[in-house]
Amino acid sequence: MSEPLTPPAAVPVPAPVPAPSSAPLLELADLRVTFATEEGVARAVDGVALTVQAGETVGLVGESGCGKSVTALAVLRLIEHPGLIAHGSRVRFEGRDLLALAERDIRAVRGNHLALIVQEPASALNPVLTVGSQIAEVIRAHQQVTRGAARSRAVEMLKAVGIPDAEQRYGQYAHQLSGGMRQRVLIAIALACRPHLLIADEPTTALDVTIQAEILELLDGLQRQMGMAVLLITHNLGLVAERTRRVYVMYAGQIVESAPTEALFAAPAHPYTQGLMAAVPRPDAPRERLAAIPGQVPPATAWPAGCRFHPRCPFAWEKCRAELPPLLPAGEGREARCWLLADGPHGDATP
Amino acid sequence: MSPLRRAWARFRSHRLAVAGAAIVAALALAALLAPLLAPADPLAQPDPVALQNRPPSAEHPLGTDRFSRDVASRLLYGARVSLGIGVAAALLAVLIGAGIGLAAGLGTPAVDQMLMRGVDVALALPRVFLILLALALWEDAPAGAVIGLIAVTGWFQTSRVVRALVLRLRESDFVQAARALGVGRWGLAQRHLLPHVAPAIIVSATLDVGNIILLESGLSYLGLGVRAPAPSWGNMILEGKDQLLSAPWVAVAPGLALLLTVAAFNLAGDGLQDALDPRRNR
Repeated sequence: MSEPLTPPAAVPVPAPVPAPSSAPLLELADLRVTFATEEGVARAVDGVALTVQAGETVGLVGESGCGKSVTALAVLRLIEHPGLIAHGSRVRFEGRDLLALAERDIRAVRGNHLALIVQEPASALNPVLTVGSQIAEVIRAHQQVTRGAARSRAVEMLKAVGIPDAEQRYGQYAHQLSGGMRQRVLIAIALACRPHLLIADEPTTALDVTIQAEILELLDGLQRQMGMAVLLITHNLGLVAERTRRVYVMYAGQIVESAPTEALFAAPAHPYTQGLMAAVPRPDAPRERLAAIPGQVPPATAWPAGCRFHPRCPFAWEKCRAELPPLLPAGEGREARCWLLADGPHGDATP
Repeated sequence: MSPLRRAWARFRSHRLAVAGAAIVAALALAALLAPLLAPADPLAQPDPVALQNRPPSAEHPLGTDRFSRDVASRLLYGARVSLGIGVAAALLAVLIGAGIGLAAGLGTPAVDQMLMRGVDVALALPRVFLILLALALWEDAPAGAVIGLIAVTGWFQTSRVVRALVLRLRESDFVQAARALGVGRWGLAQRHLLPHVAPAIIVSATLDVGNIILLESGLSYLGLGVRAPAPSWGNMILEGKDQLLSAPWVAVAPGLALLLTVAAFNLAGDGLQDALDPRRNR
């Protein structure tokens, strides 16, 4: 802007848009979720810390069973018996400690400023209610509006998610819609109250590839329009590479690496992340067998001692078996939970 | 097509069920219109000597009983008692059962435990014996008391069924999703659980009506339900049993009416069950 900084005196200076304060929109610290099972206590989420800033898209990746979805449910306090969010866990959203809120107050947050899209478009809609009434229901749960107003907002939302003949579709049932349409309706429900943060748990996994792309484009567009932040939970690295700015990699209930997306894909720091990437087929690579990470994710009732990845890690040595590594700095804005990054007697063991 | 319309289409294709429902409707209409349809006053005893135990004729389509009362008229008025008590008690029982079942399924584990252990104990009580005892002690109990007693001792199974359904539904993705969107407990119960529980409730209420009509007739037969001279099918059978050979119509007419009514409710209930099965609603 080449104009002088002082505006003409007659024009009142618009109140400055509050600068994005340093406090993140969502901040998890030491989040622990346990489930009492017959095999013992499963520590499904074990000390997860992550942050999401207003407006940004953050990825949370990992294999199934690593605790991604449980983390999402815990943020909204949807963990049910026999699950338990451990004492000392912290979930701060818009400056409030969600874990300390009364039941009514947390309900006012869910679906309002903080919305969740779950995996299953086939079953997440109630089969005996019209899809439109399910959108209106969320609006009426959070806003003091008349039935009519909620209805027209719901029709608007159906239009916003690209459903043709929105008026007619309003009165239809889930079984009358295709999978892609259902997912659009679920997005309309989640975004009906214009949330500040959307947690999307595998939003496209159940869909055909062509429809996946459409849904992701739609989410992208709506995100830009509404200026909301998105926490994208997925096992799909391609999705993360395309859509996110920062990534957290989760393994065995913990964050094992966090990095700006580009940096992560350029040079993964944690051996687990390296393994994940080697397991993704690449059209430009010579045809050979895909590398798989040997072994399986251990059960959550019996995480290995030391580094949880050591039984599957090609670089493991004694220290890894004995001691759980903390998240160690791994370059600018990155961290990884791996002893390879520690300076010390074993610092020479580079991957 | 809405789920209700599809259920209706399925119900209509079920001939026996439609026949049952039609009979139920006809009975209900007959009971309602009893004062118009009845050829005589059900309590009038025109000539206890000359007109006693007359076989069916043009004037008395179902004959007369030993007090010379018109059996057809008594049958129609008796239908009011049998159907009224059956339907009212079944509705009341199902409402209590559904309420307790929802509370147990949605409440905390402590609430659930308390309610369901209570039901376990209640199911161990001898129902008929308790009702007999209460009515024996309560002379001239009004019809409302009979209804209340039958309902209060008849909701246990319904509450168990509803609770089991609620527990299963709670785990379903759409209930989870609704919870994740901030829908409150009341909204969940009313909009997301009740429509899925309703078929089971309706079916169990319909089948209950038949059982309760039988139970009430049993009580009346023992002289403990609706008291003479007011007609009920049960006490009509009681009054007719001594002349079963000389004037069979007095007891056979209410007996057949009972059989037909209970069968009709059961057929309609079975048809509803098939039509409303939530697994076929997807």
